[in-house]
Amino acid sequence: MTGFLQHTFDGLVNGAFYALLALGLAVIFGMLRVVNFAHGAFYMLGAMGAYVLLAELGVPFWWALVIMPVVLGVLGMALERAFVHRLAQLDPLYNFLLTFGLTLILQDLVKSRYGVQSIPYAPPAELNGSVDFGLFDFPTYRVFVLVFAVAICVGVWWLLTHSRVGMVVRAATERPELTRAFGINVGRWVTPVFGFGIALAGLAGVLAAPMRAVNPLMGSDLIIVVFAVVVIGGLGSIFGSVAAGFGIGLIQAWGVVYLADWPILSQTLVFIVMAAVLMWRPAGLFGREEAPA
Amino acid sequence: MRRTAGLAAASAAVLLAAGCGGGGPSGSGDSKLTDDKIVLGVLNDQSGVYADASGPNSVKAVEMAIADFKAKYGDKAITKNISVESADHQNKPDIANTKAAELYDRKGVDAIFDVPTSSAALKVADVAKAKKKLYFNITGATTALTGASCNKYTFHYAYDTYMLAHGTGTAATQQGAKNWYIVYPDYAFGQDMEKKFSAAVEGAGGKVVAKDATPFPNDNFSTFLLKAPTLNPKPDTLGTMQAGGDLVNLVKQYNEFKLRDKGIGLAVGLMFLTDIHSLTPAALAGTTYTDAWYWNFDQQNREFADRFMKETGTRPTFAHAANYSAAMQYLEAVQAAGTDDADKVVAGLEGKEINDVFLRNGKIRAEDHRVIHDAYLAQVKPASEVKEPWDYVKVLKTIPAAEAFAPPSAECKM
Repeated sequence: MTGFLQHTFDGLVNGAFYALLALGLAVIFGMLRVVNFAHGAFYMLGAMGAYVLLAELGVPFWWALVIMPVVLGVLGMALERAFVHRLAQLDPLYNFLLTFGLTLILQDLVKSRYGVQSIPYAPPAELNGSVDFGLFDFPTYRVFVLVFAVAICVGVWWLLTHSRVGMVVRAATERPELTRAFGINVGRWVTPVFGFGIALAGLAGVLAAPMRAVNPLMGSDLIIVVFAVVVIGGLGSIFGSVAAGFGIGLIQAWGVVYLADWPILSQTLVFIVMAAVLMWRPAGLFGREEAPA
Repeated sequence: MRRTAGLAAASAAVLLAAGCGGGGPSGSGDSKLTDDKIVLGVLNDQSGVYADASGPNSVKAVEMAIADFKAKYGDKAITKNISVESADHQNKPDIANTKAAELYDRKGVDAIFDVPTSSAALKVADVAKAKKKLYFNITGATTALTGASCNKYTFHYAYDTYMLAHGTGTAATQQGAKNWYIVYPDYAFGQDMEKKFSAAVEGAGGKVVAKDATPFPNDNFSTFLLKAPTLNPKPDTLGTMQAGGDLVNLVKQYNEFKLRDKGIGLAVGLMFLTDIHSLTPAALAGTTYTDAWYWNFDQQNREFADRFMKETGTRPTFAHAANYSAAMQYLEAVQAAGTDDADKVVAGLEGKEINDVFLRNGKIRAEDHRVIHDAYLAQVKPASEVKEPWDYVKVLKTIPAAEAFAPPSAECKM
């Protein structure tokens, strides 16, 4: 039982990263209909940025947690204005290629400056111990990651449901034409929403720095699973992406333990789930079929 | 017009030179070198996961060997025209295949060095065999290079999966690690390492309590780390076969879950000095692994490391030292044979016993071209004992050459 609880907790922590990344992808897709392939690269920039702030400027983790999302959010907005925006009217494939190319450029820029070897980044001293939950103990930093990520997800959900911006975003996501017809300027929210999605990826990157290998390629492996998460949750569905993020984290953790004798199965579990969901509900668990044009 | 004339003249000169070289003795006297020069090729990963452990600095190491060779022989050197060509194989077997052929055929390379990533290393062995040119593999780990895929022109120089697994598995078990939990990445290298490691542990009287294949690449090892203390009997050592970025992930999380405090030590299958540097010695303190060479082991190594530091700004990994040594031994063999004719150079190398900065009690086995030499069981120092940058390791035990490597495999048919 203790083992089960421990693994469940662990799955949720891992799921927190999926949820944050998938959430960013979902708001961007919802608003812009752009599948942001560069999401993993911004996650990497968040972690690398935290390292640079600490190692070269002496800025601690807590400040990095604020600074990096803001910096990357602004960068994201600039990229949206400069590139993504111009391709918005064309086939979605163009923005797909653009963000993919962007990933390669960002990775190689970081590589040329910091090399490929992973870079050390220690967790903040305040979070170095472990928390005793009675039945088991768990590293404090991981507990913090989980609490923080849940708070962010709830915060974003509240923003979307209770603020005017949120209502516009939701309306524009579900019925862009109709929203415009009501005289709402959807266009002016496109850039900030893109920046916001990127900021979430950066935030996840900063959170990852103390517990994962920080290197230029750290985002490229993770992003594959995150795309599966987004597809399972339903492209563009805010709630779906968060729920699927935590859900996949749990399934992976349980899979590794309870399917230990079938490593091939436990390693591909995410994609098996994805295939099953797509057969049963092609739009994802919480996605809606696109309204007929 | 002028340009055409120049071109015509150049072509004529080339034709003339070719005619000369093919027919009689070439211009520079008694040298028996093709094109009157020696070209060494370094084929490795120039910007990917192995770029720091080997990569561009291995090219530097080979250049150092050339400079030392010229300094040693001066005017008596077989030629002063020795150069290096390098190529990036990106750890992909198909690219390695093409680049190797290009190096041999178009760049006039006499011998290829390095080639990390086992699958790529094996491809290049096939190319060397087909082209009848020399190949010194340094950073490939697979024992197949001296097993089923062995050939007359391929030498396996620094280490292999047997050396790593046998060294760490046997020695650590003898030193008190009785119950092992082994995690390994689920691809050829990891699977091979796990088999050899388990065999070594059990051969030394230890027990493998459990073993788990992990995804590759993988950034979350926490499930395996949580599982470790709950196994029955509780393991006293976690053996990880992860390498590169995965190893960094695993070690970070091993520390996060404080497994060392819970009585589970760490043993690593393959680790380079650069890995310790990036993880910081504090994160790895107490970890044991097998090293093919260590820069601060003795005065001779240290002198080489000091020169290497001047050239590159970092301390050499075993891969760098081995590339230096292999290039030097190749040039020595050419000098001794008086020709770069591959068959004659191979004949001179087979069975040769060598002691140099990298090879201690070294011998090039004629049966399978495995270059055997002393290996070292190493342990990462606690942070308090690290007195200078890059001096992260103490050598616990020298593993004699004859024990460090497996006997020649029956699968190898030259």
